[in-house]
Amino acid sequence: MISQPDTGGHFGTYGGRYVPEVLMSPLEELERTFLEAREDPAFRTELDELLLTYAGRPTPLYFARRLTEKLGGARIYVKREDLLHTGAHKINNCLGQALLARRMGKKRVIAETGAGQHGVATATVCALFGFECVVYMGEEDMRRQRLNVFRMRLLGAKVVGVASGSRTLKDAISEAMRDWVTNVSTTHYLLGSALGSHPYPLMVREFHQVIGQEAREQILKVERRLPDAVIACVGGGSNAIGIFHAFVPDASVRLTGVEAGGRGHVLGQHAARFSGGSPGVLHGARSYLLQDENGQISLTHSVSAGLDYALVGPEHAWLHDSGRAEYVSVSDAQALDAARLLSQTEGIIPALESAHAVAEAVARAPQAAGQVFIVNLSGRGDKDIDIYRENFPELDA
Amino acid sequence: MTRIGRLFENLKRSDRKSLIAYLTAGDPAPERTPALVEALERGGADLIELGVPFSDPIADGPVIQRAGERALRAGTTLRGVLDIAREIRSRSEVPLLLFTYLNPVLRYGFEALARDAAEAGIDGWLLTDASVEEAGDYVKVMRSAGLDTVFLAAPTSTPRRLELVAKYSSGFVYLVSRTGVTGEQDSLSASVGPLVRAMRAITSLPLAVGFGISRPEHVAELGRQVEAVVVGSAIVHLIERNLDNPSLEIQLEAFARELKHGFAMTEAGVREP
Repeated sequence: MISQPDTGGHFGTYGGRYVPEVLMSPLEELERTFLEAREDPAFRTELDELLLTYAGRPTPLYFARRLTEKLGGARIYVKREDLLHTGAHKINNCLGQALLARRMGKKRVIAETGAGQHGVATATVCALFGFECVVYMGEEDMRRQRLNVFRMRLLGAKVVGVASGSRTLKDAISEAMRDWVTNVSTTHYLLGSALGSHPYPLMVREFHQVIGQEAREQILKVERRLPDAVIACVGGGSNAIGIFHAFVPDASVRLTGVEAGGRGHVLGQHAARFSGGSPGVLHGARSYLLQDENGQISLTHSVSAGLDYALVGPEHAWLHDSGRAEYVSVSDAQALDAARLLSQTEGIIPALESAHAVAEAVARAPQAAGQVFIVNLSGRGDKDIDIYRENFPELDA
Repeated sequence: MTRIGRLFENLKRSDRKSLIAYLTAGDPAPERTPALVEALERGGADLIELGVPFSDPIADGPVIQRAGERALRAGTTLRGVLDIAREIRSRSEVPLLLFTYLNPVLRYGFEALARDAAEAGIDGWLLTDASVEEAGDYVKVMRSAGLDTVFLAAPTSTPRRLELVAKYSSGFVYLVSRTGVTGEQDSLSASVGPLVRAMRAITSLPLAVGFGISRPEHVAELGRQVEAVVVGSAIVHLIERNLDNPSLEIQLEAFARELKHGFAMTEAGVREP
């Protein structure tokens, strides 16, 4: 397989740079800074030190014994990104980009957030580095992820509600891009997923690829072989690309991305870009996109704010078309059931996003005796307690 | 040569400047747009930028965002905007530039759109999120259908990028007055002057300046430096404040006239060499 992306940030025909001209030079500056930094041993040392002492890497690869016994098939391992500082994998990328922002002399950082995990991780690194921090968040997401809104504010960030469109992640990204267009000389846009224009998808992958590198080493140590399947949820796709990347050359490992099936197959009721979408351009990149027949972006739905987005990261589009990874979807109800199952068999309350990956493993494991699965548990569920309460009223009597 | 090319040739011969007026097609409803365009033309607009509404307009400020939402609610589609253009063209020879985002255009298909746009009497396209790096096919297809492709140059553009923008543009080059989204502002950005000089050094195409221009004084100031001035949000804002006002067309015509008068202030005053 040819190394991806090319110098223009294309993964096959996906990715690229589709932004207003104002942002082209800043993207070039960011790309230059990133490419220089990754060759600089001092940068690598500082990032590794932060990942070790501040974020809490490496994260464990945990054998889910009771879940495995209950399902009676594949041996299920869980990569515990939920144990990282701030409660999700997002901190890996935020630390990396914060170092780049400092290198570029930018003292103001903006970000978008859906579930609030990336917003919290951004607010955290801004506190750590002494940056001014503004996080854009759809008003609907602010409502359903209230706890994270408060966490960001406690960390010193300003949270700006976005009232346009579906008032979710899509609209938060649009608003963050408008801020960046306006304040480009002072501001770094700390994009939180494997989305957007080059170099973001490449850079975000690099900062998260440690997930897969660790998991690969860990599984070889305990099982003395590669896993049969690696399963991760896909919103923009940062945790998935992070755990997939190290396994892409291992042809025997089945890579499965799990999208949000929401409430059903009708456009507007889900965020399953591969089964319900087609290639298009949004927020700076070409990829699979949920859109209507006139090219207007569709509204999406998922019980999980972090998966509730119309475009999938461009490298996933390429992995999909090349057949190296497969993409399936899991409904709101299946994800909620899986969250409860993992909580009660393993004592781990997953984020609703990660629960989608758990649900796929739960569905497949009984027919996969003798196989080894790794599920990327990208985040912990504390932020979702209000939604779990709404959906499990019998536990809240 | 398109109507855009002919416009700038004629203006050059008579040493005059042009006023480019933007409005969002279909705001507040598709059937109202032709009359609004005619009013702008009567007031002195030389070229009309018709915005095709898009659900996620990242380069637009709140005024044009709201116009796009109204137009989409009224059922405006790219296909519908071509119908609007045909309607305008049946009565007017005003040059028409369609201004939008890439995705609706991709969805329609470059080839089909170039053909249908030329047939509808459209003269050119400006896609705000089509960077020159990604625009090769689009430019080729539009040009072979006889349409102009206008690109944006920004105060942040490096010399290498300005060269590319000039190379891919035809009709004119659109200079963005400042970093930021579309929207009115009180004073003009100081970054326009250096951008105009840098662009002049590499192209003979006419230059237009837009983003943030809302008053005759702005038009006067810029008229000394460039061939054309674009007014968008101020026009759309006027439409928004008078959605149900039967005198909207009269007001729009008067506003265009007032803006156009800005050039007379230029011509009466000191002109740059």
